[in-house]
Amino acid sequence: MSGGGIAAEQPASFAFTAENEAKAEALIAKYPEGRQQSAVMALLDLAQRQHDNWIPMAAIDVIGAKLEMAPIRVLEVATFYSMYNMAPVGAFYLQACRTTPCWLRGSDNVIKAIRDKLGIANKQMTDDGKFSLLEVECLGACANAPVLQVNDNFYEDLDYAGTVALLDKLAEGEIPTPGSTSGRTGAMPAPGATSLTSAGGGAGATGDVGED
Amino acid sequence: MLQDQDRIFTNLYGLQDWGLDGARSRGDWDGTKAILAKGTEQIIEEVKASGLRGRGGAGFSTGMKWSFMPKEVGDRPHYLVINADESEPGTCKDREILRHDPHKLVEGALIASFAMQAHTAFIYVRGEFYNEAARLQAAIDQAREAGLIGKNACGSGWDFDIVLHRGAGAYICGEESAMLESLEGKKGQPRMKPPFPAASGIYGCPTTVNNVESIAVVPTILRRGPEWFAGFGRPNNTGTKLFCISGHVNNPCTVEEEMSIPLRDLLERHAGGVIGGWDNLLAVIPGGSSVPCLPQDVCGDMLMDFDALREVKSGLGTAAVIVMAKEAFGRQTDIIEAIQRLSHFYMHESCGQCTPCREGTGWMYRVMSRLVTGDAEIAEIDALEEVTRQVEGHTICALGDAAAWPIQGLIRHFRPEIENRIVSRKAAIPAAAE
Repeated sequence: MSGGGIAAEQPASFAFTAENEAKAEALIAKYPEGRQQSAVMALLDLAQRQHDNWIPMAAIDVIGAKLEMAPIRVLEVATFYSMYNMAPVGAFYLQACRTTPCWLRGSDNVIKAIRDKLGIANKQMTDDGKFSLLEVECLGACANAPVLQVNDNFYEDLDYAGTVALLDKLAEGEIPTPGSTSGRTGAMPAPGATSLTSAGGGAGATGDVGED
Repeated sequence: MLQDQDRIFTNLYGLQDWGLDGARSRGDWDGTKAILAKGTEQIIEEVKASGLRGRGGAGFSTGMKWSFMPKEVGDRPHYLVINADESEPGTCKDREILRHDPHKLVEGALIASFAMQAHTAFIYVRGEFYNEAARLQAAIDQAREAGLIGKNACGSGWDFDIVLHRGAGAYICGEESAMLESLEGKKGQPRMKPPFPAASGIYGCPTTVNNVESIAVVPTILRRGPEWFAGFGRPNNTGTKLFCISGHVNNPCTVEEEMSIPLRDLLERHAGGVIGGWDNLLAVIPGGSSVPCLPQDVCGDMLMDFDALREVKSGLGTAAVIVMAKEAFGRQTDIIEAIQRLSHFYMHESCGQCTPCREGTGWMYRVMSRLVTGDAEIAEIDALEEVTRQVEGHTICALGDAAAWPIQGLIRHFRPEIENRIVSRKAAIPAAAE
């Protein structure tokens, strides 16, 4: 469960759409027969995506019934993992990494830019519901720090101005291409590659299994 | 320095097509059927002979791990679980494999599964890697479409499929038994061992859990031969390795290099060196957040491999090199806060199952926070050190150890720094009261 706790106001019911019902069946079918409980994480994710990026309590019951799990077991999973939101989040859900590798590269500036621009601090949402912020732990893109996750996308190599520019675009409804905001290619050194510069590629290209 | 012709991850930066055609042009899926025809024992022997040690942090021999699986399949099926829950702060190498070279992982999954007589591999991808998981799924679908996996994979007669399972934000699920719990649809809380996964893993069946990089290098090792792979690095520390370089270097990056490369060479050749020059180096965390930091004087002739780093009471871990300069971006680096933030990380990520870790990580974070401001007594440094010893080794999994080690490294190498802060804070208080 992310920082918001369980929402006090809950919808009376929840049902998967027909399309998601089919998706749910396909997800369950990925696992061996009788192991349908393995699909609980995928179904929670599906419910969250269907319901404005948060999971209502009614969905916990629906998923429990579907997977033959006690609702408390589903709730246990939903509250254990940080990516399940049990309360509303902003349409643009900003997750700013605060762990050491990002901090060394200026994650404080990213968080400050969000605060200055949107007037929200950690675990807060703008009044119009458009943006919310959560300071999170390592997102696993440390060579491109600092990183801000916006919904499903990573924006990398940010600084104060880059964050402001990103927020401006999001406010206008534009979804910028994910990845480096400084124009870098992936996790390549910024001035250019120091490896993989020769033509013809590397080890994979030359091996012949018949030789050994 | 490693030559391009000996690099395994030739699309590390995503400059080429990640898909099946691109992968084939880079040599993936070439003669896979012939590799499988070597038979399970031969494959395991060659992986052992290559000296490959697990790339997920612990550094256990991959071939040896595979050999722990039952030789015959009994009434319970065998499973391979691939750990793509990359969450150790500083670590961002598997991400590059998932998004830029996913077919290396898919092919490796087939070979490894065949070697262990598993018809199914689960790949557990951290939830935040949404786009990366989508890319991997697309590669899996391409491979299935082309008959490379699925029924009679590569025409080998072996049926094999891959299930991609997305996590949902829990560092602890990178611990292998927590990952198995999570795959079974439960909270990711580590299991007591024994039984080890090879005896009773997912669904109570024989299971091996391997890191993404460990699996993705296997096809190339078997194509080029184990002696080729073993030719890099020092004995017992062989092969090529992805290094993730973050923090205060001029050009942070991920790069494939030879094992045992000197740290300074690694930073200067690929990452543009330490910001402000080598003399501006404060400390390096050489293998991801869990391993103790090393001060500048130790770093000068440090080799980047399992044994060399162990000798200086640190570790290669995931080969995630976090560099801290004395001064960068116009400010002094506060090493105490750098470690305090790691303490916050472990507090946040403790699964809550074992008391020493659940209570200890919070306690350590709170004391670390006071050490950052200096609002502490000198004696508390020893008390903190003592508590880290009480947490270390007293929990089901290694998260307790991982929370303890960075603090131990800080106290070992930067004690004067901590003491000075306490002293100056005390000196400042009466002055402020005047």
